[in-house]
Amino acid sequence: MTRSPTERTLQASTDDHRIASLAALAIALGMVDAAIPSPLPGVKPGLANIMTLFALHTLGWRAAVWVTLLRVVGAGLLLGSLFTPGFWLSLGGALASLLLLGACRALPERHFSLVSHSLLAAQAHLLGQLLLVRLFLIPYDNILVLFPPLALAALLGGVANGLIASHLVQAHDKD
Amino acid sequence: MFKAGDYLVLLALCALLLAAFLQLGRHAGEASSVIVRQNGTETLRLPLRLNRLHIAHGPLGLTEIEIHNGQARIRRDPSPRQYCVQQGWLRHSGDIAVCLPNRVSIELAGPDLAHDSLAY
Repeated sequence: MTRSPTERTLQASTDDHRIASLAALAIALGMVDAAIPSPLPGVKPGLANIMTLFALHTLGWRAAVWVTLLRVVGAGLLLGSLFTPGFWLSLGGALASLLLLGACRALPERHFSLVSHSLLAAQAHLLGQLLLVRLFLIPYDNILVLFPPLALAALLGGVANGLIASHLVQAHDKD
Repeated sequence: MFKAGDYLVLLALCALLLAAFLQLGRHAGEASSVIVRQNGTETLRLPLRLNRLHIAHGPLGLTEIEIHNGQARIRRDPSPRQYCVQQGWLRHSGDIAVCLPNRVSIELAGPDLAHDSLAY
């Protein structure tokens, strides 16, 4: 069969493969996240973000964006929550933290490690979600009562994920 | 693992968190709605955000319930001793005014945090 002149073959680069496998790992961690029972709605360890942080530090910001968006859509498909409020919240939080991670590149690496990035991204994630909830789901200021406990959870999760991610990055750099 | 800036970020976030919790403590007593009860059963729940006058019909006559600026009071009541009217404006969650002879009471209730979403 002759090839049509408009047919194009896309070559997946090594980075593409890496992004795909990181996204797959992130989806798996997202499933673990969803399976962990939480004391308050919205309190989650956010393990999938480890992969975002790892991608950010080994492949750059664009890769981190890809890994995160693939994870959000993939987890939405697997959990059956695609295009439900929960999915939009997840996407909103993810976009907020990606924007902040983009800004974090300005932080000097000499003084700020991955833990700072993780901490700030976790809070941005929470703020993005709360903003969405306030604007579209529950249009009352009452939901701000949820902020302090959720921010505490984001703080703890942020430190834990940051430490795990920096261990992974160090192990990766040694290879 | 931890660098100087990380401690700085952590410290700043802890300070913000503390401030948020203190703010929450002040916020907790805030009321968002008025529960109107007649004969001890809840007949109506009005949001405190909207100024309005509600009239409840009791066995002795009309009890006027006024909502203004996030506060609520019994404006007028046919009870002989006028206890519930004298109580004046109710501001905090849990505040209650009972017009016993006319079997009407109002109570302020705090924010209702209803969740119906499982996966955030």
